Amino acid sequence: MTAGTAREEILRRIRAAAVPPAPEPPRHYLRHAPGLDPHDREAGLALFAERLEEYGARVLRADAPGPAVARVLDDEGARSLVVPDGLPADWTAGWTGRVRVDRPPLGKAELDATDAVLTGCAAAVADSGTLVLDGGAAQGRRAATLLPDLHVCVVRAAQVHSALPGALARLDPARPLTFVSGPSATADIEMIRVKGVHGPRRLAVVLLE
Amino acid sequence: MSRSFLGWPAFPQASEREVGNRQLRENVRRATHTIRGKRAVLAAERPDWEQLRDSAAAIKDQVLAGLEEHLLRVEEKVTAAGGTVHWARDAAEANRIVTDLVRATGEREIVKVKSMLTEEIGLDAALEAAGINARETDLAATIVQLGDDLPSHVVVPALHRNRTEIREIFAREMGRHGRPAPEGLTDDPAELAEAARLHLREKFLGAKVAVSGANFVVAETGTLVVVESEGNGRMCLTLADTLISVVGIEKTVPTWQDLEVFLQLLARNATGERMAPYTSTWTGTVDGDGPRDFHLVLVDNGRTRALADPVGRQALRCIRCGACMNTCPVYERTGGHAYGSVYPGPIGAILNPLLKGVDDSQTASLPYASTLCGACNEVCPVRIRFTDVLLDLRAQVADGGQHPVERAALGAVGAVMERPAAWKAAVKGAGLVGPLLPGRTRLPGPLGGWTENRALPDVPRESFRSWWKRNEGERA
Ligand code: SF4
Repeated sequence: MTAGTAREEILRRIRAAAVPPAPEPPRHYLRHAPGLDPHDREAGLALFAERLEEYGARVLRADAPGPAVARVLDDEGARSLVVPDGLPADWTAGWTGRVRVDRPPLGKAELDATDAVLTGCAAAVADSGTLVLDGGAAQGRRAATLLPDLHVCVVRAAQVHSALPGALARLDPARPLTFVSGPSATADIEMIRVKGVHGPRRLAVVLLE
Repeated sequence: MSRSFLGWPAFPQASEREVGNRQLRENVRRATHTIRGKRAVLAAERPDWEQLRDSAAAIKDQVLAGLEEHLLRVEEKVTAAGGTVHWARDAAEANRIVTDLVRATGEREIVKVKSMLTEEIGLDAALEAAGINARETDLAATIVQLGDDLPSHVVVPALHRNRTEIREIFAREMGRHGRPAPEGLTDDPAELAEAARLHLREKFLGAKVAVSGANFVVAETGTLVVVESEGNGRMCLTLADTLISVVGIEKTVPTWQDLEVFLQLLARNATGERMAPYTSTWTGTVDGDGPRDFHLVLVDNGRTRALADPVGRQALRCIRCGACMNTCPVYERTGGHAYGSVYPGPIGAILNPLLKGVDDSQTASLPYASTLCGACNEVCPVRIRFTDVLLDLRAQVADGGQHPVERAALGAVGAVMERPAAWKAAVKGAGLVGPLLPGRTRLPGPLGGWTENRALPDVPRESFRSWWKRNEGERA
C-alpha cells in the first residue's frame, strides 16, 4: 500500500511538472571507428589488436586456438584453468595443465584459487578494444570470468565490429552482458593508471583469422 | 559514525576553510589537470564529437519529456524479468526500503558499488543505524570510507587525497574492518591498489547482499547498466545472492540503441578512455548466473522538483562524468567539499538548489559559486547550459528573500580567489555587480583572464536590483 502511494505520488509529480514534448533525437554520429574504412577487415583487426595492447592486454593472432592458448597459459605461468561447459575440446587440447569444467558450478573459493579462465565471446569492438561476454556458447557464467586472475579470450575475426553501434545491435539485452576493455585498472590514486585491482589483472586475446 | 554533509556551512564559509588548505589545493589541481589533458585528447579523436553531444542532449530531453511512460516501462520490463521494483519519494523512504530488504536477508555486512545517489541519501549511515555494515568497494570510495571522509568528486571521490595520505589511511584503518594492510606498505599507487584488492577480496567472496547504483536504465528492455574500472562492480553485481540497485528516476534512457551514444561519450569525457574497462548490463535475474533476487529502487528525492523548473530541468540530463568539475576554476581552488554535497563543481552549483530548493543559505549560496566563465558549458556531454541555469537560480534566490543569504552569496566567489581582499575590493570598485558578471564587463582583478575571451550572458537586472536592495538593507 505504502509502495503504491509512493509510486502514484512520484508519477503525479512528474505529470505536474508538465514537461513539453521533445523532438526526435538526431543521430548524425559515425557508426564505425573514426578514420577506418568499415570494409577494410584487416585494418579493423589491426586496430582491435592495437587498442588491446594499449590497455596492456596480450594479443596473439592465430589460425587455430589450441597452440596459441597453450602458449599464453604457459607464458603466464598458469597451472590451473577453468572452462565453461561446452567449450570446444580442441581449445585446450595442446595444454598439459589442470583443466576444470565449471559443471557442476565451482564454488567462489575454488574459482578464486584457479589461475586462469578460458572463454570465447559474443562480440568484439575494434575502436575501443572491447570484448563482450553474454553467457552464451563457450562463455559460461559471469563469476567464472571474474575471479581467476588471468582471462584468455578467443575471438573469431568475424566477431569484431568496427565500433560500438554495430556490436550493440547484435547483442541480446535480455542476457547479462559484460563489456571488457582491457584488464581491471584504476586511476583513483593521483590519477595514475594502475593495472589490476579486483577483476582479472591479466587479459590475453587469441584472435582467430 | 559515517560523516555527512548535513548542516554544512554555506559556500563562502566552507570554501574559505578549504582554500586555506595548500595540500588539498595542490592535490585537486594536479588531479583535475591530468584528467583534463586526457579527456581533451580523446574528445578530439572523434570527428563526430559534437554530433554525439547533440544526440545525448536530445535523448535526455526525450527521457524527461516522457518520464512517466519510461518509468512505467522500466517497471513492467524489470518485473517481467524477475526483478522487484520499489518507489521512493525521498531519501528516508529509499533508506527504509533498502534497510528492510537487507534485514529480510539476515545479513549484517554487505558490499556496495560506488553510487553517488546512495551517498546523496545517506544510505551507509541509515544502514549503520540499523546495525548493518555497508562496505564500499570502489578504491576511491574505500579511501573515503576508511578515512571517515566525504566524497569530493563524482568520478574520483577521493580526488582530494594524495598517495601519502592514502597510505596512512590504509595502514591505520584496514585492520579495523577486516584484513589489515600488508606490513611495510609504501605509497606506491600499485602497492596501494594491491592492498585494497587483498582487503576486499574476502568481503566479495563472503558477500550475500550487494547494493549498487546504475549509470543507465534502458526503458525498452528493463536493462540496468554499470560502468566501472576496477572490477569491484562486477564482483558485487555477480557474486551476491541479493542485489539491490538504487537509482534516480532520471537515469532512464528510452532505447537499447541509445546506449551507443552514452557509452561512447561517458568514459571519454570522464576519464579520457575510449571505454571504461568494464561495463556490465543485466535485465532482472538469470538462472544459474548472478543474484537470485534483484530489487530496483527508483528514487525521486527532489528530482521531480527539478523537473518542474523549466530552465533548471536540463540539469537532470547529467550523466555524472565529472568533466564540469575537472574544468572549473572555482572547483580547482576549493575542491569538492566546499559545495556541501556529493555533487560538487558546476553541476553541484545548479543541481543541489534544484533538488532541494533555495530556501536555506547553503543551497542558496551555490548558484554564486561560479564566475560564469562558461568552461563547463563547453565540456558537458549532454550540453547543459550551466550559465543559463546559474543566472536563473540567482534570480530565484533574489526573488525569494526570506532568509539572510545575500551577504553570503556576495562573497561566494571572492572567498576562493588567490587574493580574496583584492577581489572583494575589485567587486566593489566595479559598482557591486561583480558577482553577477554582467555581459559587458571584463572582470577586474584575478578573474580577468577567464572572462576576456568569453561572451557572458546578460544578467537578469530586475532580480539583481531587488536582491541588492535587501542585501544593503541588511548591512546598514
Ligand atoms: S553536468 Fe555534464 S559535465 Fe558535469 S558531470 Fe554532468 S554530464 Fe558531466
